[in-house]
Amino acid sequence: MRKLKVYLLTGRTIEQGKAKEFGKTSNLYKDSVAVCYIDPSDMKTLGIKSNTPVKVSTDFGSVVVRAEKSSRGSHPGVVYIPYGPWANQVVDPETHGIGMPSFKGVPAVLEPVPGEKVKEIEELLRDSFGEGSKR
Amino acid sequence: MRKIENVICPVCGSLCDDITVYVEDNRVVEVENTCAVGRAKFLNYGLHRKPKPLIRKNGELKEASIEEAVRRSAEILTESKYPILYGWSSTSCEAIRVGLELAEEIGGIIDNTSTVCHGPSILSIQDVGIPSCTLGQLRHRADLVIYWGSDPYSAHPRHIERYTVFSEGRFQKSGWRSFIRRLSGKLVKKRLSRVAELILRRKLTFPEEKYALPPYFISEEERKLVVVDVRKTRTAEVADYFLQVKPNTDYEVLQALRMLVNDQDLEVDEVAGIPVKTLEDLADLMISCDLGILFFGVGLTMSKGKLRNVDAALSLVRDLNKRTKFLIMPMRGHYNVTGANVVFTWQTGYPYAVDFSLGYPRYNPGETSVVDILRRGECDAGLVVASDPVSNFPASAAKTLVDNPLIVIDPDVTPTSMMADVVFPSAYIGIEAEGTAYRMDHVPLRLKKVVEPPPNCLPDQEILARILREVRRIRRG
Repeated sequence: MRKLKVYLLTGRTIEQGKAKEFGKTSNLYKDSVAVCYIDPSDMKTLGIKSNTPVKVSTDFGSVVVRAEKSSRGSHPGVVYIPYGPWANQVVDPETHGIGMPSFKGVPAVLEPVPGEKVKEIEELLRDSFGEGSKR
Repeated sequence: MRKIENVICPVCGSLCDDITVYVEDNRVVEVENTCAVGRAKFLNYGLHRKPKPLIRKNGELKEASIEEAVRRSAEILTESKYPILYGWSSTSCEAIRVGLELAEEIGGIIDNTSTVCHGPSILSIQDVGIPSCTLGQLRHRADLVIYWGSDPYSAHPRHIERYTVFSEGRFQKSGWRSFIRRLSGKLVKKRLSRVAELILRRKLTFPEEKYALPPYFISEEERKLVVVDVRKTRTAEVADYFLQVKPNTDYEVLQALRMLVNDQDLEVDEVAGIPVKTLEDLADLMISCDLGILFFGVGLTMSKGKLRNVDAALSLVRDLNKRTKFLIMPMRGHYNVTGANVVFTWQTGYPYAVDFSLGYPRYNPGETSVVDILRRGECDAGLVVASDPVSNFPASAAKTLVDNPLIVIDPDVTPTSMMADVVFPSAYIGIEAEGTAYRMDHVPLRLKKVVEPPPNCLPDQEILARILREVRRIRRG
């Protein structure tokens, strides 16, 4: 399977803003944030279509989200995941001594994983935090 | 049906104060003037809110009375040596004040969401200073509006329409007309090329218009909108001029603009992939305006350089003020994040990341900021108010929060409340409770109560006051 080196940006989208008001456990929220907006030319390189699951990996972790064709402008080499629990599996937690992690411009590798599923929120939380002693 | 006018929208830092809400049977049934996000909030708030507080017993969250939940929270906080009190940007100033009192009482860390948002901007403003203003000034006077690393269409949907380019100011006309003209121009071009394609029976390709400055200057009547961003956002689509920079190169571009504004020559052909000619045109545009405003978003604070990017932006505006009048303002996200900074500052002297563990307030972002403390695993309990750090912090930082006892005061069900030990479903400030909030330009506004909250959902301020009373009772036992 082909891989692609990209820069990962995370941020707000209007869909995420609306969906969070319907509750973070809603399917609407998952659909609006467990998604990676990719430039059409990059999608061609990877040989994928919209809604194909893609794995985004950085030095800090990896997460599977669905691919979506970016509808605005061309930005080859830059992918965008809206703020949320999925994006935060892979952002750079280093604060460089000022308290602020790097949520934007994180080098990442993109790889299509057609067989895999995008995790539900409960599953994602369980996998990242474990069962724990008290839970 | 009751009609309530001039309601303030508790969603983003724009705090639109012209919302009309229709209430029937203690439920909001219709709203007017809101953006998509505000509408979603007013019409769908509290869909999943639990009717009573929850306490985790044997690994499961079970319903409990408010008194039980208050007692359990006070126990967690008094047993803890180094608790974190985090959130505060989506609640009222009154609740934040009680939160600070609680932090001082238990000797914890108190931090607000600006730590992962405009924290670097605050550090930079403390270094460089900021020439700013209120949004009303800009609505009536600004003739050049720049959004840098910010997408108000998504994060502050009515910002452009209410305060900047698309608002009809006393001295500045709205930019609607030129936008519509440009849009029709594009449509005509698209249709003509489609006709040409059908006649010629082949696909026509046009070179992409990149870095082309439009053939007009500020001397035209209507105000101008410039967007600088790493990708073409929805805001960029309505802009008169869009400059696309590569990720992590804002610092270079800002410094290059400073040189040009200061009449220095750039002895290169391009800076971070942008031709110097384009930057010269942009610098000319900035100098030729009567009153310019640079709004910067977290595009600057979250990418490489962080506070230094903001340093460069503030310095650019300082340099521009030698030539014309220019102002700058951060685009604050949550509706009361500015209020959190203000209340923190007047109570402790510092805007965020305040450590009370020595009995007096200490401030050293990087050491006393919440993400650093969580990553070092130093805290042993957490209280989160109106925020969702489990979703919004890097996973490695959120893990410490989840591993320790966690109290959550939030009307919404969030990943943070799902991982908590005590959950207080509270009333929505601005819908079910009154409160004060600060707009992004530091104008305080009084949020209204339009409906009654459910019986077991108290406002954040009241819940915090009860916890504080219980903590004091235990400590002075």
